[in-house]
Amino acid sequence: MTQSDLFTILPILVLIVWACVLLLVDLFIPKGSKKWTALLAAVGLAGALGLNLAQAGQQLSAFGGMVVLDGFSSFMTSLFLASGLLAVALAYGYLKRMGLERGEYYVILMFSLSGMMLMAQATDLFVVFLALELLSIPLYVLAAFARSRSDSEEAGLKYFLLGAFATGFVVYGISLVFGATGHTSLAGIVSVIQTPETFSGTFNPLLLTIGAALILVGFSFKVAAVPFHMWTPDVYQGAPTPVTGFMAVGAKAAGFAALLRIFVAALPSLSADLVPVLWGLAALTMLVGNLVAISQTNIKRLLAYSSIAHAGYILMAFVNFGNPKVGPDAVASALFYLLTYAITSFGAWAVVIGLEKQDGKGLEISDFAGLGRKRPLMAAAMTIFMLSLTGMPPTLGLVGKFYLFRTVVEGGYIWLAVIGVLTSLISAYYYLRVVVTMYMHTGEPETKREFWLDLTWELAALATVVLSFVPAALFAWASGAVLTIF
Amino acid sequence: MTNPLILVTFFPLLGVLALLFVRSDRKTLMRWISLLVSLVTFGLSIWMLTLFDKANPELQLGFNLPWIQVANWNISFIMGVDGLSILLVLLTTFLTPISILSTWTAVEERVKEFMIFFLLLEVGMLGVFLAQDLFLFYIFWEFTLVPMYFLIGIWGGPRRIYAAIKFFLYTMAGSILMLLAILWLGINQGTFSVPDLIKNGGIPGNIQLWLFLAFAAAFAIKVPMWPLHSWLPDAHVEAPTAGSVILAGVLLKMGTYGFLRFNLPLFPDAVKQAAPWMALLAVIGILYGAAVSYAQKDIKKLVAYSSVSHLGFVMLGLFALNAQGVEGAILQMINHGLSTGALFLLVGMVYEQTHTREFSVYGGLWKIMPVYGTVMLIVALSSMGLPGLNGFIGEFAILLGAFGSKAIGSPWFAGLAAAGVILAAVYILYMFQKMFLGPEGSIVEDVKKHGHALRDLNLREIVTVLPLLVFIFWIGLYPKPFFDLIAPAVEKLLIAFH
Repeated sequence: MTQSDLFTILPILVLIVWACVLLLVDLFIPKGSKKWTALLAAVGLAGALGLNLAQAGQQLSAFGGMVVLDGFSSFMTSLFLASGLLAVALAYGYLKRMGLERGEYYVILMFSLSGMMLMAQATDLFVVFLALELLSIPLYVLAAFARSRSDSEEAGLKYFLLGAFATGFVVYGISLVFGATGHTSLAGIVSVIQTPETFSGTFNPLLLTIGAALILVGFSFKVAAVPFHMWTPDVYQGAPTPVTGFMAVGAKAAGFAALLRIFVAALPSLSADLVPVLWGLAALTMLVGNLVAISQTNIKRLLAYSSIAHAGYILMAFVNFGNPKVGPDAVASALFYLLTYAITSFGAWAVVIGLEKQDGKGLEISDFAGLGRKRPLMAAAMTIFMLSLTGMPPTLGLVGKFYLFRTVVEGGYIWLAVIGVLTSLISAYYYLRVVVTMYMHTGEPETKREFWLDLTWELAALATVVLSFVPAALFAWASGAVLTIF
Repeated sequence: MTNPLILVTFFPLLGVLALLFVRSDRKTLMRWISLLVSLVTFGLSIWMLTLFDKANPELQLGFNLPWIQVANWNISFIMGVDGLSILLVLLTTFLTPISILSTWTAVEERVKEFMIFFLLLEVGMLGVFLAQDLFLFYIFWEFTLVPMYFLIGIWGGPRRIYAAIKFFLYTMAGSILMLLAILWLGINQGTFSVPDLIKNGGIPGNIQLWLFLAFAAAFAIKVPMWPLHSWLPDAHVEAPTAGSVILAGVLLKMGTYGFLRFNLPLFPDAVKQAAPWMALLAVIGILYGAAVSYAQKDIKKLVAYSSVSHLGFVMLGLFALNAQGVEGAILQMINHGLSTGALFLLVGMVYEQTHTREFSVYGGLWKIMPVYGTVMLIVALSSMGLPGLNGFIGEFAILLGAFGSKAIGSPWFAGLAAAGVILAAVYILYMFQKMFLGPEGSIVEDVKKHGHALRDLNLREIVTVLPLLVFIFWIGLYPKPFFDLIAPAVEKLLIAFH
């Protein structure tokens, strides 16, 4: 282990050490003043984010090529840490109000984040597996964090069982890939594919394809792609809302980080076999996510299906993964879309938390009636989020969709793009229903005014609108994060 | 930032900003702010007109700022105005203050939001007419949906939510297909700039047809062309008066303008192929709209369906692809904005007093409201195309163009469309007779029972409609200045079709 090795994973290191220390410090923080834990966690996350930004532009490989630091990992790590900060902001008042205030929330969150960050840096399938477990297990705990509530317990258990199932797929896939190529490192896999004679055993392309497909299935669970999405609505509904917001953004982004890295960097040769599958997966996910969302009456379930649908949109970027001309652009568009989704979705979850009451009350869409009069700004922000999720101007959502669809059209998958835009039209219907309820129905919603919560949706709404006019810097950042192909 | 186009387009935002800081119970102040801001915007557009060189067929007063220029994105902030769009810009800035004036007593609820949405809508519409980059255009185009959706959905009639969502989804359905076509153009031609795209040309014929259809989907729904019109009556009937005026006056023109600005010059081969079919749909729209108008029991619905008929004329003129037809179509866009805008205003004025739009309860209003009756008569005659008033000029030019059009290929389309002119007289005069002639309708008594009699137009209402009347006569009697503005740009546009 050299200095350079440690430097490569410095933000993760800092975060884990900080989390361990915080676990101890939390013992000495009296029960009523857990805000100090939150503050310390936020400081740790901000510090890691600062380190990560300071490392930007570096290209390093460490631990014998098992992890790397590159534009891609630096982009994803920033996204993870920012969503971690937002998850702290959302939880700050919420946990207290719901009687869940325990310092462990913040610590577990940080452990899960370190898994995500490792995922973005992993270039070896073993490390991918390690990162997957490191990010998932704390999330199972977080989902069940409101343990006195049965639906939260159900969410935790369901997420755990299906998560373990999905991990099984990933591990089995990894073992098949290893069997086919004799390597777990992405670079090694590529070298065997390109020059099979260097492999001491017999290179088995079929085994490799099956292994890759199993890895795809495993991560499809994580990103909630149809037909592996069944757990999503229940888990999203049952988990404490800040955790839901974190899962919708962080866990999904981590899943996509792994998929992008593995498929774009190591397996572009399989694209002929896998593209039809990915095409179908994307189309199905967009269709089912959007169609089923129409009939939801609970806002958390609605946003859960919306997150499924958005996984479908991001999956569209994958059909180009083996195309050397469009591929880099496709990756950049997926990253950009993840970013826009993260901002918008956290904003929407913040508004939902602002209306949530004890025992899961206040979460029906009808509970939003009259918000336009009672809290004009909050309703305006929610409208912006809904428009952004639909892909209407002047919001980031439109820019993200524009970017994403552009790569799909450029790759020649015009019918997938048609499905994409038509399902966006469907989605307008249910997103607008939230807007209709806020402005055109009368009601007396009870809302909370909490500084950090309000700041979250205020900033998210502002960013969603303002960044849509000046997206060039974000574009440049995302396209700078293109993966190096081995 | 002294470019007149930037100033015109974004000046209403100043009003939005000011309104945000007004206390929500100071309704009159808000109305004055909005009126003033929209009047200044109108003034700025007049300034733009004085700078405009009408002999020049090119885009003018334009500017071109790089906007998103990373990673082979080639998006610029391009605006410009030419003969195709200048009248529509003026129409927009002209109708907005009039509409705001018409809401003075009609909108009492949530005035602040109303005015904010109205001014935002103006920004969107002006942007649509001035944007010369496809991405920029698409942003403005989609953006107009949002404020209009709220205007219908919050301040509309009893079925407003249904109408608002229908309006939104219908329009979005077309525009997302256009989005794909825009993306295709951007990728394969390497630019989103409309002038560059036209200059480069070279889109293969079979693909032209697909792109034409994708753009046409967005525009035909907006126009609306038969059979895609079914959102229009709902939206019109439920929208508040000012919303209807803008919807009929400007938003529908965004569709016809789209054909003119994008479909015609970008896909000339496909346009030639499609012209007879578009003409057929236009003629069906003319006759169908007229027939259905006649069958209506609701005044606003009648006017709404008459729009389907009138916009059919515009489409017929556009796809005649000759100078008379296209110039007539552009002028007819303006005429329809003036006449139908005025009709909706007038209907709104009596509705404010009676709260009903059923024909059956009206009758004999002329005696009680002579000024109102006179104004309505002029507007109705203009709408049905009486010589001497504006409607005649536009329709005559369109029919002339359509008769001699090589692109349409048969004078029968024009012949049938001419029948539409007669049908227009039937339904418009029918409406006028039902409302103003004959014995007094039951509504007169009903209103009296509530303690006040029907009154004639007051000063504010007269001020609201008077500017419209001026232009109705002006265009009808001396249309030359208007044609002078249009003609050079149309000449240039049609070179591809000679």
